Amino acid sequence: MHLGESTRECEYSQISTRSSTPMETPYKKKTPKKRKWETFPGRNRFYCDGRIMMAKQTGVFYLTLVLILVTCGLFFTFDCWFLAEQLTPIIPVIGAVLFLFVIGTLLRTSFSDPGVLPRATPDEAADLERQIDVANGSTGYRPPPRTKEVVINGQTVKLKYCFTCKIFRPPRASHCSLCDNCVERFDHHCPWVGNCVGKRNYRFFYMFILSLSFLTVFIFAFVITHIILNSQRIGFLSALKDSPASVLEVVVCFFSVWSIVGLSGFHTYLISSNQTTNEDIKGSWSSKRSKDNYNPYSYGNIFTNCCAALCGPLPPSLIDRRGFIQSDAPQLAPPTNGLPMYGSTQSQQSHKVATTPLLQQQQSSEPVILSPENGASLPGRASLALGGPCTSLPLGQPTPPASTPSLSCHEATDLLPIHGHPHNHSHPLQEQLAHHHFLTPEEVPSPPGMLHCGSPLGHSHTMQGSFYNPASQDSLHEDSVRGLVKLSSV
Amino acid sequence: MTSWMESQVETHSLQDFQRPAVSSKVFIQRDYSSGTICKFQTKFPSELESRLDKQQFEETIQTLNNLYAEAEKLGGSSYLEGCLACLTAYTVFLCMETHYEKVLKKIARYIRDQNEKIYAPRGLLLTDPIERGLRVVEITIFEDRNIGSAR
Repeated sequence: MHLGESTRECEYSQISTRSSTPMETPYKKKTPKKRKWETFPGRNRFYCDGRIMMAKQTGVFYLTLVLILVTCGLFFTFDCWFLAEQLTPIIPVIGAVLFLFVIGTLLRTSFSDPGVLPRATPDEAADLERQIDVANGSTGYRPPPRTKEVVINGQTVKLKYCFTCKIFRPPRASHCSLCDNCVERFDHHCPWVGNCVGKRNYRFFYMFILSLSFLTVFIFAFVITHIILNSQRIGFLSALKDSPASVLEVVVCFFSVWSIVGLSGFHTYLISSNQTTNEDIKGSWSSKRSKDNYNPYSYGNIFTNCCAALCGPLPPSLIDRRGFIQSDAPQLAPPTNGLPMYGSTQSQQSHKVATTPLLQQQQSSEPVILSPENGASLPGRASLALGGPCTSLPLGQPTPPASTPSLSCHEATDLLPIHGHPHNHSHPLQEQLAHHHFLTPEEVPSPPGMLHCGSPLGHSHTMQGSFYNPASQDSLHEDSVRGLVKLSSV
Repeated sequence: MTSWMESQVETHSLQDFQRPAVSSKVFIQRDYSSGTICKFQTKFPSELESRLDKQQFEETIQTLNNLYAEAEKLGGSSYLEGCLACLTAYTVFLCMETHYEKVLKKIARYIRDQNEKIYAPRGLLLTDPIERGLRVVEITIFEDRNIGSAR
């Protein structure tokens, strides 16, 4: 074997001896590159190549859409002609404008990113873990409550640690258990719009319910007018028979008016006092809690609060859905410990440890690394972490008892208000346990990133795949594979 | 054989990965004492003591904080932009970018600048916080190695 191209040939021939493994594919192929939304870890649905983002359950959203479209359709088809003739043609025009505004704001609310906080990279998570351990001294028998206190405008606010996203949640952020994301300035998860309502789409949501209240009242009023005017000519029952659609419209509008107008009023109050639904329901800033309890985020007067909520600068999306996953990220080394991968004595050990499973896998001819299909397969990851060598790894935290989840995002999600929708706790305990296993990547002996957790249970003999962010798994595994293939190819 | 193998690896690693190895990373967390606005802690991390001046570090972070404050500022111009956007049903953002996005570009330029002038010569790398969801300012510390390709 000679230098240069032969080694390259070696590489390629090495890969080709592994028959039909998916490992070939990510290594050889250069295109198409994956966009970040394809490996997004939350429980969201993406459409139009990442431009549209919604929650997983969208059934009720379609119901909302159908209700609005059908009612307005009936109004324009059956009532508008009469009203335009008898009263004024401006009525259908106003109706059309309102209708378009309602649909526009609804779609904008439903399709935009509510302000999702991206999950911490493995390096960050490990760094935070270290800081928490240092701050708490010994590991103790109980895992310490993960909260930080910060004083904002004279009020003490507790920042909770999110076990799913591995971050300390900023103030006013909350973890939505339905979407499995931390959302900034979390208001509530609205099934009617099929999305969370948070910092980035709250104004659209408010505009939607406000314009919908006007539209509902508008249609209700003018359908009644139509029936009354008609019944003056041909009698009440004949008028009803003449336009049966009007009856349906009246019924729909009558029931909608109470809820929609009520909701608009409620949110107007929230905006003027700069609170979120979450905070209001929990009574976070209520004076009933203590005498000197006040809202530290309020600007003091109603006008500024309203302006800030509705006309303030629109923050950009933090999750970069349409960006391409970088395969050459500078994060070469395993997280935190910074053991360099190549060319130093420290790494020799890690190389040796790493090559062994690779060779083993070669023999067993099972795919070593699977490209992450979707990062959302938490249960898959969880079960993988629990099996195999993971349990033998020393954990920074003692075995998480059942009490831990109460300190995590459950607390926030317990009180998550959802419009007329029974709240379901979809956070199984296993996920919490798995996260604890994940939390100690620095204790893992061999370089992580070699093997994924995204793979199904069948590959339980693979080493820990303690990578949390599937997006960076690609980059790291590619690098490590390249290095290890070279070693084993000789 | 072993040494030849290692030299093989060595050759490749120099060719393909002309980057010095990452020694560690420091994360500057958010400072929430002024509310939910984007602001980073100016506390000088101990890991950087050997590489960087405290003053330079604080200046960088303070400038970043000021830039983010500018992006999120509530004022006449931002209200105007908000109202205009609302009136045009937010279609105006198809042609022009929001004030926030403009400032983010400014921040990216500033960070690139700082990296070139101050941080790279000291074997450090600032990562734009927007790439970390505005959670942290990530400073990568590269190993100080005397290999040809190392900086």
